[in-house]
Amino acid sequence: MNWLIAILQTLLFIVLAPLLAGWLKCCKCRLQNRKPPSLLQPYRDLIKLTSKQPVVAGQASWLFPIAPYLVFSATVLAATVVPLIAVDLPTSASADVIVMVGFFAFARFFLALAGLDIGTAFGGMGSSREMTISSLAEPAMLMAIFTLTMTASTTNLSVAINHVLNDGLILRPSFVFALFALILVAIAETGRIPVDNPSTHLELTMIHEAMILEYSGRHLALIEWASQLKLMLYGVLIANIFFPWGIAESFTAQALGYGLLAIMGKLAVLAIFLAIAETLVAKMRLFRVQEYLSFAYLLGLLGMLSHIILEASR
Amino acid sequence: MNIEQQDFYTQAILSLAALVGLTSFLMLGQGRLLRLIFIFAMQGFLLTLTAALAAYSLDNPHLYISAALTLVLKVIFIPWMLRREVIQMNTHRDIEALHNKTTVMLGGASLMVFSYYVLNPVVQTTSPVMLNALAVSLSVVLLGMLLMISHRQAVAHVVGFMAIENGLFFAAIVATNGMPMVVELGVAFDVLVAAVLFGIFFFHIRTSIDSLDVDRLNRLHEVDK
Amino acid sequence: MIAAYLVLLIPFIGIVFFALAGHKADTGKLNVRFNAVCLLATVWLAINVLNQGTLLSSGKAFLIDPFNVYLIVLTAFVGFTTSIFSSPYMAHEKELGKLTDKRLRLYYSMYQGFMLAMYLVLTTNNMGVMWVAMEGATLATVLLVSLYRTPESIEAAWKYFILCGVGIAQALFGTILLYYAAVQVGDVENSLLWSVLYENASKLNPEILEIAFVFMLIGYGTKIGLVPLHNWLPDAHSEGPTPMSAVLSGLLLNDALYAVVRNKMLVDGASHSDMAGHLMMGFGMLSFLVAAFFLHRQKDIKRLFSYSSIEHMGIMTFAFGIGGPLATFAALLHMTVHSLTKSAIFVTVGHASQVAGTQSMEKIRGLIKTQPRIGWGLLIGTVAIAGFPPFGVFTSEFLVLLATMHSYPWLTPLLLLGIGIAFAGLFRHIQPMVYGNQPEGQLPVKANLWPVMIHLGLVLWLGLAIPGFLANWFSQATLLISGSTPL
Repeated sequence: MNWLIAILQTLLFIVLAPLLAGWLKCCKCRLQNRKPPSLLQPYRDLIKLTSKQPVVAGQASWLFPIAPYLVFSATVLAATVVPLIAVDLPTSASADVIVMVGFFAFARFFLALAGLDIGTAFGGMGSSREMTISSLAEPAMLMAIFTLTMTASTTNLSVAINHVLNDGLILRPSFVFALFALILVAIAETGRIPVDNPSTHLELTMIHEAMILEYSGRHLALIEWASQLKLMLYGVLIANIFFPWGIAESFTAQALGYGLLAIMGKLAVLAIFLAIAETLVAKMRLFRVQEYLSFAYLLGLLGMLSHIILEASR
Repeated sequence: MNIEQQDFYTQAILSLAALVGLTSFLMLGQGRLLRLIFIFAMQGFLLTLTAALAAYSLDNPHLYISAALTLVLKVIFIPWMLRREVIQMNTHRDIEALHNKTTVMLGGASLMVFSYYVLNPVVQTTSPVMLNALAVSLSVVLLGMLLMISHRQAVAHVVGFMAIENGLFFAAIVATNGMPMVVELGVAFDVLVAAVLFGIFFFHIRTSIDSLDVDRLNRLHEVDK
Repeated sequence: MIAAYLVLLIPFIGIVFFALAGHKADTGKLNVRFNAVCLLATVWLAINVLNQGTLLSSGKAFLIDPFNVYLIVLTAFVGFTTSIFSSPYMAHEKELGKLTDKRLRLYYSMYQGFMLAMYLVLTTNNMGVMWVAMEGATLATVLLVSLYRTPESIEAAWKYFILCGVGIAQALFGTILLYYAAVQVGDVENSLLWSVLYENASKLNPEILEIAFVFMLIGYGTKIGLVPLHNWLPDAHSEGPTPMSAVLSGLLLNDALYAVVRNKMLVDGASHSDMAGHLMMGFGMLSFLVAAFFLHRQKDIKRLFSYSSIEHMGIMTFAFGIGGPLATFAALLHMTVHSLTKSAIFVTVGHASQVAGTQSMEKIRGLIKTQPRIGWGLLIGTVAIAGFPPFGVFTSEFLVLLATMHSYPWLTPLLLLGIGIAFAGLFRHIQPMVYGNQPEGQLPVKANLWPVMIHLGLVLWLGLAIPGFLANWFSQATLLISGSTPL
């Protein structure tokens, strides 16, 4: 039964991810006075891409066609770790947050390799940039997450969320810092403005899009889907760790239903904030990214320090 | 005492203390004047929140007046004045080259440690919460001084000056639930007059050296050369 | 107590009146009258204290005890005589085209503003209000320092503003800590009142108070001009109008020291270590020696005497730091005689620089031939401030030396050395200015030297014999500060 719910939850993740992307696009269009596409547009795009035959460059090795599958499955596995609608699921109990970060690193590794594989200038450039950014973003992310796990004394997300739920509403300075740090990291990792612009292929400054420039057909569909999934994962992480209220603690249909509604509401609100931020902020120069990420790291560090100094017992 | 056992007011004060400290650090590393002023206004807003919260939780109505004064002075009036000055001087596009920013930041961090060290004796008489709040406010004061040392623009100096005042105000609210009303009003009056005087000074400095870069105020020496 | 309110009310009316009325030909004389009335009010206040002892206003907002009453009279007196000097001086500056009516309006209004702040620092019983008034004094004088609007004066005023503002912020932090310590023992309402704090000093937490005192000393020490926080002082003194230098040196520095001593009394009551005293001794000695050396390197006459002010403030801080009855008595006496002498010197310096048309000492020569009265005034003033007998400065410095020999004999050589160096530093500059050959283009000015003569006469009198009532106040104040009487 529990496993069933766990699998169901992962499936929900996969199914809902394009919807979140569609909603985000919708919000952005409205803010920019454009007519938004339908909420279901990402699904249509995915279906259209899947039905097309992928074109693979002549000098591509075996790595190139296999990478999309690896990336997608690694991201899905990462999704199993994160509690979406319910806590105490067996999948999240079996792995902790470091595993999740590991899955992300795994996916990124293959994506970067695939970018390099073809030997085009854009692919290589994109890969090198992606690795630069992730090498800076990962420590910041871990720092933020460690702040949380120190409070809950566990690295298991499910247990940590339970801990936060049980404590009730407590204002912790360290959480404030960790929240900001995690948001900054999430923006960098999912390739949103101001670090990267997901909606254009025209800039020399592109990062993620440069890596996948050579992909087409169902390969592209899988990679797009994986990145939508990643966006949603970060959203769920932020929403459920810092504002876990509403998540199902028992496995009744009612609780699960409420859990689903709650997380959808939270994600919708988060997406609105992200859309506003993306509309207001301009993309920054690549060389400023390290400043941005070291600020995120600083925030994470401050979060940990304030946990030790301000909150711990004496 | 763990934070879970503290009441909501204490938790909120601690969070605000952390944020006030953060804004101080942000100001320290900020080379753009308009952003500096914006962060300063943010800090003022945090102080307003602190004062209002203290007034509400401790049932101390005169702190509402302090909160209102802070809001008007430090969130609206002074940032507005500085902003106007920066735009008039057309310095809002300049990025001030902060030499050895890393050193300054490290210096800031050590000042924070220093404040904890200095105020350590206080902890014997009271809860650790007070120590934190006092140490944060002292470090805001010291960081304000460091800001003045590391920046060259007169506007940044004024921001540093006012940030020092912010630190003191925070200490006054948190440690002692506000000073007596007479003193509080007097301090606010002094801040207001100081702000106006700064405005006048900008005008004079500009007309005399045609810039607001205080490094160029260098005619007077300790001993005549 | 009415007298005390009157003392505060008169300068307040002065501010408003001068600000509204604008500058007219007789404003300088009106300013003299305001200060004269205020002086009378302080004398009345002093007589009250003489008859009734310590006064505490209802509501405990104001406290007049033997420690501050003589400072109040001194403030009013120096304010009065300086205003006599300032009237023709400022008129002359206006004739030279350096100042306009608008700026003179600011000048006279803020002159009263400064006086108000000084009286408030001295009379208030509330440590917070004392801080506010101290900051108010900075704010009132900062625009006067830049009155001439030259780049140098603006720079000096900016330095003065920033350094004193930042410095005194530390004093507010100290005050907050003091209040924090006080709230823990007693009622919140009166916890910043000095009289209440003094009564309960032994109950206050000594450690917090010691930290608080460090901040207070740094904060108010910036105002006193203690090395290494003194940079603003020579600039502000040299670039502002001379009457301002006279009141800054004569009054502001004293009042800042007064604030430190008031706090020291609390700390001494709470803790039984000599921490506060030793800190003051260290800062005082450092200021004294550094300023004595710097005297030799000056070229501007007003900067010369502002370094001399730092040196003397150093001696006083040192003496208060020693803390015994003899040293405290000496410090109190030194505050008085230094104020009188230094303001007299600035008055003559103002005239001397008007004679030569410059403040550069190289160009001021042969004063005794050009205008003998100014030359003699400067010479006698310098003799007095350098600590020659029979002037009062000699008496007080001698007492400080005695106290040092008694308590810290190994510091005596340093003290003697400093006095010697300062003496040499002053006279190597003053001698050619007073004698020397008279260069071209020195014009005698209309000078009113009565203030100088009165001041120096008083200093001479204090050097020969201290009048009974003053000695009585001094010893009562000494009793308050150090816990025993010197006589």
